[in-house]
Amino acid sequence: MEASPVKLDNGTARWQDILRSGAEAVAVPLLAVLGALVVFGIFVSLAGVNPFETYNLMYAGAFGSWFSWQNTLTRAAPLILTALCCALPAQLGMVVIGGEGALVIGGLAAAAISQTLPDAAPLVVQLAMAMAAMAAGAAWIALAGGLRHWRGVNETIASLLLVYIAIAVFNHLVEGLLRDPASLNKPSTPHIGDANMLSTIPGTDIHWGLAYGIIACVLAYILIYRTTFGFGMRVAGGNVKAARMVGLPVGKLVLVACGLAGAAAGLAGMVEVAAVHGKANASLIVGYGYTGILVAFLARHNPLAIIPVAILLGGIGASGGLLQRRLGLPDATVLVLQGLIFIAILTSEVLYGRLPWLKKVKA
Amino acid sequence: MTSGFKLSRRSLLQGSAALGAASLASGLPFSPAHAKDVAIGFIYVGPRDDFGYNQAHAQGAAALKKLGGFKVLEEENVPETVAVEKTMESMINLDGAALVFPTSFGYYNPHMIKLAKKYEKVRFLHCGGLWSDKDPANAGSYFGYIDEAQYLSGIVAGYTSKTGKLGFIAAKPIPQVLRNINAFTLGAKLANPNVTTQVIFTGDWSMPVKEAEATNGLINQGVDVVTCHVDSPKVIAETAEKRGIMVCGYHVDQSKLAPKGYLTGAEWNWEALYPKLAKSVQGGEKLPNLVRGGLKEGVVKTSAYGALVQDKARKHADDIKAKLTAGSYVIFKGPIKDNKGNTVIGAGTERGQTDIELEKMNYLVEGVLGALA
Repeated sequence: MEASPVKLDNGTARWQDILRSGAEAVAVPLLAVLGALVVFGIFVSLAGVNPFETYNLMYAGAFGSWFSWQNTLTRAAPLILTALCCALPAQLGMVVIGGEGALVIGGLAAAAISQTLPDAAPLVVQLAMAMAAMAAGAAWIALAGGLRHWRGVNETIASLLLVYIAIAVFNHLVEGLLRDPASLNKPSTPHIGDANMLSTIPGTDIHWGLAYGIIACVLAYILIYRTTFGFGMRVAGGNVKAARMVGLPVGKLVLVACGLAGAAAGLAGMVEVAAVHGKANASLIVGYGYTGILVAFLARHNPLAIIPVAILLGGIGASGGLLQRRLGLPDATVLVLQGLIFIAILTSEVLYGRLPWLKKVKA
Repeated sequence: MTSGFKLSRRSLLQGSAALGAASLASGLPFSPAHAKDVAIGFIYVGPRDDFGYNQAHAQGAAALKKLGGFKVLEEENVPETVAVEKTMESMINLDGAALVFPTSFGYYNPHMIKLAKKYEKVRFLHCGGLWSDKDPANAGSYFGYIDEAQYLSGIVAGYTSKTGKLGFIAAKPIPQVLRNINAFTLGAKLANPNVTTQVIFTGDWSMPVKEAEATNGLINQGVDVVTCHVDSPKVIAETAEKRGIMVCGYHVDQSKLAPKGYLTGAEWNWEALYPKLAKSVQGGEKLPNLVRGGLKEGVVKTSAYGALVQDKARKHADDIKAKLTAGSYVIFKGPIKDNKGNTVIGAGTERGQTDIELEKMNYLVEGVLGALA
């Protein structure tokens, strides 16, 4: 509302339109989130809890202090990368939901390659881990893209089923060939070594994965909106037949988009190994890949919008604990809010071009 | 209206107190508002009403609540990632927790160790028995020798089974689980030397669909008593009851889920241990870094016998239980062969409760049908 174009009486029509669509892109999701919060308030009142106390606590738990902010951002970090895994192929009209598989395979590849470099400098090991994880993740999602392009297999189903295969391969290797014999009751790969661990961003306890995610989002934005390759992606996403008619290499676009998507999720797996666990084990399989799908859809597959949306979901996750402890609400409460926000954002699509004070001015 | 106003003002004050405490943050675990009751945090990896692992811990927390003098903080479904670090930190910073119980095995390293180094005045007690003297002094670990209770379940199952075929549904072939499978089978063989235990590994701790399929598959093969080592035995107990076979419980008492077929079960006794540990923190005593125990120490217990358990079985199991409680009985006593015919514990060798060799167990004893991976 503060960005209402009416105040800028001397702006050109083009600038007005950019401002208008920008304000719309902010106002519509905000309205949707507000709507979801109202419904959520009714839901918690039905559970016998004061909704305003709930909002208050959620704010305190997610954004109310520096500790809460760090909590939120740490939780958001992996989601930014896994959301890209869904958002990039979405430019081509593909619905890839297998980011979890690429994350798991990426984490495994990172942990495995670190074992082959026992004497290398930490930076070399970290680079090798990142490259291995990105390559493995890229191959995994490109497989789903290739199946779609050459064999006509639905990429949604293929990428989902590949998650189960990835987890099975992961468990097989972590509990077998790559197992650290000392990890008795929780099978894991050997530790990558304390020196090789990623550090935290100075002045915080947030690991560098957050920065990687933000850089990846900016790069993805430039790729999609500022390069001919990205233009080709969007054309093919709009109409594949038209894209083929004008001679766009659709197969290449599909494979590269899926590869980049998988690389992002694979990098998320590497960060989990190199910044959090120090080894690959079942703790990697906690659903970051699936939450990433939610983030991507909420961000309408815009890479820059992924960042605030991931922070919002990270904040909801961070505040969940306080709701459990202070108000005795069940853990599922925050899932209810996530679900409500998801539905509200999807329904809010109909509001575009219909908000009274943000309608397109006739030229 | 007036009460509504009071409530919101109080919540505002609470909120600002929490904010203030959080922004001061870093080292101080206590905020003055909570100085009276000692705040104690419990973190569960799954739902606290799962009829299994997490419920056993939640029952311990509930016992503490009943005691009074403690502010009990609980969080469920916390994954073994940075999430648990943040949960512990939030309990410490925002709620002034002085003692934290991260109850899942995977919470220990790196998560709990990292936090123990950062918050030296807070006590951390982890379920899993992993503490070593290289770890921080304010950290600790506890665990129970629940294979003793599984051994007793095995005796009862061996007497009660008509087909002589027992079933064991397990998550992963790791030492803790193998020890339970082997103890159960050795117990059953006391009752009936020809008994077999068919084991099925589901691959993970919480796989309700696979667990139900495994139970049905075992029943179809003629198994008439099942037991398990998974996080929540709920589905297994319910499926067994529905198909009309018998079941031995695990983690907590599941007799409500299988009123007809429930024989007995191996249970944790956190209701006894947690109040003991919490009181020593309240009294400012030094907590032990490593607490381990079985029936003798009251860390584990058995469920009451079901109606189907005959007197002979009760008598035999009670007799062994008395010996185990007195500390005069050894379960893993040679000669013991694995199910491939190799001798794993030689004649004359006794591997008692605390024998470190048992914690590296990597075999299934004779009588178990199944293989490790």
